[in-house]
Amino acid sequence: MTKIETCQALSGVTKEGVIDLLYRMADDELMIGHRNSEWTGHAPILEEDIAFSSMAQDEIGHAQAYFQMLHELGEADADTLAFGRKPREYRCAALVSLQKDDWAFTIVRQFLYDASEQVRLTALANCNFKPLAQLATKLRSEEKYHMMHGRVWMLRLGKSTDESHALMQAALDKAYPYALGLFEPTEHCQPLSQAGICPPEDDLKSQWESAVAPVLADAGLTIPESCKPVYGGRVGKHPPELTQLLDGLQLVYNIDPAAKW
Amino acid sequence: MVAANENTVGLSQAEYDHKLGVFEARINRGEKIEPADWMPDDYRNQLIRLIHVHANSEICGALPEGKWIPHAPTFKRKLALLAKVQDEVGHAQLLYRAAETLGPSREQMLEDLISGKSKFSNVFHYPAETWADVATIAWLIDGAAIVNQVMMAEGSYGPYARALKRICYEEAFHLKHGYEMCVVLATGTKVQRAMLQDAMNRWWEPIMMFHGPSDKVSKHTSLLVRWRIKLKTNDEQRQQFLRQFVPKMIDLGIEVPDKSLRLDKKTETWMYDDPDWSVFKKVVNNGGPVSGERVEARRLAHEDGRWVREALEAAAKNRPIPMPPASIR
Repeated sequence: MTKIETCQALSGVTKEGVIDLLYRMADDELMIGHRNSEWTGHAPILEEDIAFSSMAQDEIGHAQAYFQMLHELGEADADTLAFGRKPREYRCAALVSLQKDDWAFTIVRQFLYDASEQVRLTALANCNFKPLAQLATKLRSEEKYHMMHGRVWMLRLGKSTDESHALMQAALDKAYPYALGLFEPTEHCQPLSQAGICPPEDDLKSQWESAVAPVLADAGLTIPESCKPVYGGRVGKHPPELTQLLDGLQLVYNIDPAAKW
Repeated sequence: MVAANENTVGLSQAEYDHKLGVFEARINRGEKIEPADWMPDDYRNQLIRLIHVHANSEICGALPEGKWIPHAPTFKRKLALLAKVQDEVGHAQLLYRAAETLGPSREQMLEDLISGKSKFSNVFHYPAETWADVATIAWLIDGAAIVNQVMMAEGSYGPYARALKRICYEEAFHLKHGYEMCVVLATGTKVQRAMLQDAMNRWWEPIMMFHGPSDKVSKHTSLLVRWRIKLKTNDEQRQQFLRQFVPKMIDLGIEVPDKSLRLDKKTETWMYDDPDWSVFKKVVNNGGPVSGERVEARRLAHEDGRWVREALEAAAKNRPIPMPPASIR
């Protein structure tokens, strides 16, 4: 299969597919970064306050990079895309827009999400669309540290006190169906996979399951049985938490979207 | 770690005077005092008080600005503000560590903050009401803090001075970030300019009080200066702040909201009517507009995080810290 070297060389259903994929990834990163930034000043220990602020910066920075690529593909500029859309125009999975909740949910969500990113970025790092392959390679090197951080916390809290174990299991029960929703297929997935850009969502999900299962087992946690994935985010159907999140995200921007801030 | 009072208990007056003489001679030679060195109880206690209040101010200072991270209107501002507030929490971490070298534990200091036993800076007892407050805080409050911290970084206690060197380096970036935000608002739309002026109007009085009570009424200053914990008085710091920032405010078209403020051209000194120090006293004793909200935010973070800290302690007792597998290292 021939490699697509530049943004300009993309066309047709492949281009539409890449645009859809970039929106999905950008919106996921923006929202989870937003939720993580809500811990700044409020985490259980100062070291984690600092760590989550760092991860939030990484994620929001990654969102910016995806939006910039979208801009190169003819969409609006990064700030307009991030701050200026209506709720139904966002393509994030419901997992990332849920409220920050307690520390157990934060750690579990982050771990499940980071593992999905690791799987997706690893696939994209070898994809046929060169600009995205290069970006995925770069971002993956940063995500590696998130995985290390998440794994340590899963193991520590999953098996420490009875209370921490119970809270972690409850968080996993809540987060898991939403995490499956990260792999909600869209109409663009087939062209993307045919063009050698992104494997089918089902394949990514299987890889993700193989990645998270051993860590969850080591942490003494049980994957909830017969979970139904929470879908809808990839086609703009979101839980009410996203509207609330966007009200906050767009608060100052909406005072005057044309102004320089 | 040295327990408080350990050094001076059981000394005769003559022994104490001798040790004090040696200690003060070291300070006068510009040497740094280190944690294991002998120091008078008053020196230790004053430092604990100062560093503790400073550390508390860093974490409470993260709250008004942190509240605006989710609302930052562009990627540039969001990333910069996140990094800035993260720095402030990092400063708190450094400072609690510096204070720990003198005796109290971080846990104890955080509990004292929550119970109201220890204080934090007057300016963080006020709410950040609009986006322009974020700009004003980052420019003028960080600016006022730099005046204080650059001076304190030359102080006699080694761990505090070294922590402050690093803090000042990072604060210099905050100042640029704050100034740039103020420039954008001051040269922006009518709404943005009004927003900035409104923020300045509300923040000016707290900022004028930031360096602490006037030398005429400050009860701590003379001893602190003698032991080189502080190198300038509160009024000297305030004057330096005014010299540095008032001309820049005027350049930006900001009306300085203090009718009494005037420059004595002969001495290049800013003259002003003293703020009402009874207000300052009330505010720092948790009687400010959002004192309760700030302490409550810290209490909630501390209480909600208790199970996490307990789990960490239990995990550390039972097994070594898990390391990532080699494949993702």
